[in-house]
Amino acid sequence: MDKERPLAIKTQKLSLWYGTFQALFDVDLEIRGGMITSLIGPSGCGKSTFLRCINRINERLGYVRTAGKVHVLGNDIYAPAVELLQVRKQVGMVFQRPNPLPLSIRDNVLFGYRIHNRDKGRLSKAAGDEIAESALRRVLLWESVKDKLGSPGGGLSLEEQQKLCIARLMPVKPAVLLMDEPCSALDPNGTEAVEELIWELREEYTVLIVTHNMAQARRASDECIFMLMGKVVEHRSTGEMFVTPRHKETADYIEGRYG
Amino acid sequence: MGSPESAEVAGAVEGAGVAEGAGVAASFAEDADARTMAWYVDKGVEILVFIGGVSAIIFIFGIFGFVMKEGAGFIAGSLDLGEFFTSPRWAPTSSYNPTYGALALIAGTASVTGLAMLLAVPFSLGTAIYIAEFATGRIREILKVLVELLAAIPSVVWGFIGLSIMNPLIIDLFNVPVGLSVLNSGIILGLMAAPIMTTIAEDALKAVPDTYREAAEALGATRWQVVFRVVLPAAKNGLVAAVLLGVGRGFGETMAVLMASGHSINIPTSVFDSVRALTATIAAELGETAVGSDHYKALFALGIFLFLVTFIINLTADLVIRGVRKR
Repeated sequence: MDKERPLAIKTQKLSLWYGTFQALFDVDLEIRGGMITSLIGPSGCGKSTFLRCINRINERLGYVRTAGKVHVLGNDIYAPAVELLQVRKQVGMVFQRPNPLPLSIRDNVLFGYRIHNRDKGRLSKAAGDEIAESALRRVLLWESVKDKLGSPGGGLSLEEQQKLCIARLMPVKPAVLLMDEPCSALDPNGTEAVEELIWELREEYTVLIVTHNMAQARRASDECIFMLMGKVVEHRSTGEMFVTPRHKETADYIEGRYG
Repeated sequence: MGSPESAEVAGAVEGAGVAEGAGVAASFAEDADARTMAWYVDKGVEILVFIGGVSAIIFIFGIFGFVMKEGAGFIAGSLDLGEFFTSPRWAPTSSYNPTYGALALIAGTASVTGLAMLLAVPFSLGTAIYIAEFATGRIREILKVLVELLAAIPSVVWGFIGLSIMNPLIIDLFNVPVGLSVLNSGIILGLMAAPIMTTIAEDALKAVPDTYREAAEALGATRWQVVFRVVLPAAKNGLVAAVLLGVGRGFGETMAVLMASGHSINIPTSVFDSVRALTATIAAELGETAVGSDHYKALFALGIFLFLVTFIINLTADLVIRGVRKR
């Protein structure tokens, strides 16, 4: 285990309520940068909720209340002076169902870039093409879409759509990628392709991935966090957790006794 | 295959259709009166609903047939279509030279509807965007109810407002001799068309999947960027349909326009000119004509024209909406 890697995400006593229902209880986590950390646990354990705190997308729902601290790369993202725009620039998100915007493939990739570079004036055609190409190449999608950049992103296969959703984060240059069960809507081949892609991205990004799939967590993550009922039960390197889980709940879940 | 039951099952499966059919027939023959009260109720309701559904078609064709019967012969025969569309002289009651030029009436309707849309489109789209994208909880509910209430105000009340409130107001504000004009009826009609446009536009915005908004927000877009770059383009067709239906509403509106427009035959050159609308002409004159006279038939010709225009507008709106669904 490489303990020298810097902290990317640190939470202190993070609690969250949906109305009166408490979904997270004093979550203290330290997630290291430049690796893949997977969040596992049964449905409703709060792993997606936790993930959605890291870019404050939870706040879209008006009835959510959070307490505690979340630091991303040393910055308290819940501090009053923090701009949401900056948080989301640093922390990209990939959703459970591929959700390309109702725009062309090219515009999908450039959407985030345009938003975060408004002061630089209009993006020239050539510059836009270059950005789009490098982002699409990065997610291994360029070859299959290079001749139809103008067609709608929703027309691609689910696997391609999910890759497109990852590609549109690249030009924004986030440090952290949040992935909320990114493969659950894909077929086995698509899952494999997207997993491989995520594995490759870990060189450059801190990846935090929620998954229901034990095998996926095991083969495609460096560290693993097991959550239950809104609390963190165990956080260790994936290899260790799957071989010698410390807690009985973890062992039971990993072995498929519930969940 | 030891037990007799499993043999029977196997037989039924092998004998496919025939054996199975015979079995069903036999079981029904045992109690012939399997039709319970529920069955009759079910059939009855089915027939009622069918009649309800088909009646819309029957009524549309019925109305169209009736209007055509009264006006078509006149259009084909003595009506000069060239005069109808190009002459501003609508003088059907003239004893020596009745003329049937509808240009001024068309111009009247078009100018009032045009002004109404100019005022109503930004307002209703703005309201729809606010209700669908920004308002939450109670404010949203209250606004929706208010908009629907606005749609429920009878048109004669709107006309009354135009006549008794807007009229003196316009005379005072703009220092013009008459306040019953394109401006007055345009504002009134705009207010009348806004609720329906708001409701339909809001539906169109609501139909945009929330995943789009979430995706854009997660990329760092502000709410306005989400609305302008994602939601509005995605809801484009529905919004166009909303505007078209508003136009249709404006074209067809009668009473309020009759009361607020001044009802004088005139091709308007400014918003302070009085005009007369197609619909208002029919409403005002039909009661005073002899059934079957040329004047009577000419009014039906106006009706056919209105019918066609609103039909085309609504059909276009419908096709545009369908375009949304297909994608």
